[in-house]
Amino acid sequence: MTKTIVVTSGKGGVGKTTTSASIATGLAKRGFKTVVIDFDVGLRNLDLIMGCERRVVYDLVNLVNQEASLHQTLIKDKRIENLYILPASQTRDKDALTIEGIARVMHKLKKSDFDYIICDSPAGIEKGAKMALYFADEAIVTTNPEVSSVRDSDRILGILQSESKRSKMNEEPVKEHLLITRYNPSRVKDGQMLSVDDIVDLLAIPLLGIIPESPSVLDCSNAGKPVILDDESEAGQAYSDAIDRLLGESKPHRFMEAPKKGLLSRLFG
Amino acid sequence: MGFFRFFRSNKEDASAKVAKDRLQVLIAHERTGRDGPDYLPMLKQDILDVIKKYVAVGDDAVSVQLDSQDDCDVLELNITLSEDSTPATQPSVDAKRRAMERRQAAAKVT
Repeated sequence: MTKTIVVTSGKGGVGKTTTSASIATGLAKRGFKTVVIDFDVGLRNLDLIMGCERRVVYDLVNLVNQEASLHQTLIKDKRIENLYILPASQTRDKDALTIEGIARVMHKLKKSDFDYIICDSPAGIEKGAKMALYFADEAIVTTNPEVSSVRDSDRILGILQSESKRSKMNEEPVKEHLLITRYNPSRVKDGQMLSVDDIVDLLAIPLLGIIPESPSVLDCSNAGKPVILDDESEAGQAYSDAIDRLLGESKPHRFMEAPKKGLLSRLFG
Repeated sequence: MGFFRFFRSNKEDASAKVAKDRLQVLIAHERTGRDGPDYLPMLKQDILDVIKKYVAVGDDAVSVQLDSQDDCDVLELNITLSEDSTPATQPSVDAKRRAMERRQAAAKVT
């Protein structure tokens, strides 16, 4: 059974592509045949984050228009077995995608025995974002602890509940997961940042994970390496925990507490 | 900065609390629009059409809200007539007929 998971948020810049790359890599690392699709037609970036930007020949629009085969379009990851990248087109716009065209691609992927299809949604609530979430069985709603991101996440939840294929066909609803990224426990402790509890309370969907703000996220994107492959970093470990939870394991949430400060650093820090 | 912050009990005016309060109101408001019954937009359009028969108003003059309080739903109607709301330039046939009937009825009474 193939599972389709959309990584979405409404707002831009909250970490959808970073999350898509790490979730796909994490699932493949655990032995599942996984493909990650970049739906941001015109603003392709997943290839850069995955470090395969120089290996793109054909793209999603070519595949939708039947100008290239699935085999020609998929890029096989060089680090992880079972991991494939389906890049977006850089020269076309989002109108090049149609539900029928994407349905054909999804069907081909299912016939190629993929366990997971991860859809990296573009920002916004326009056609591209709606295409990315249409076929989803599950959704990872990526949210920053910040007012506009929380509001947009709530909006995208409404769209998932009314415009996904599952909602239109009256099937079991899309399973929603909340992933909080760029979390800074010290600022939460000082009352300057919305807490995990605040966000869960507002959005009222189950929490998949908390990714702490971490310098390694930028380091890894600079290098074209999904941050989940950086076992040393907190962000990498947090993504790894999120994979376990996605696969049904219950794991306590980490990285929610601020490091203890001494009296001197509290006075002068 | 840290020195002063240490002594200030800033939990009260902490900005995260403000953020949460604002979001709570906003999200609840936006959800009612989303989860409301599908007849609301049509109801709104019909009310607007009726008002337009008599007064020239913009398309945003009517707001319809459905709120739930405990076990009762409250339908809130807000119609804004601006200062310079003039009568619709051409009263509809319907409006003319009803006005005539009203006048005739009044004439009979006297």
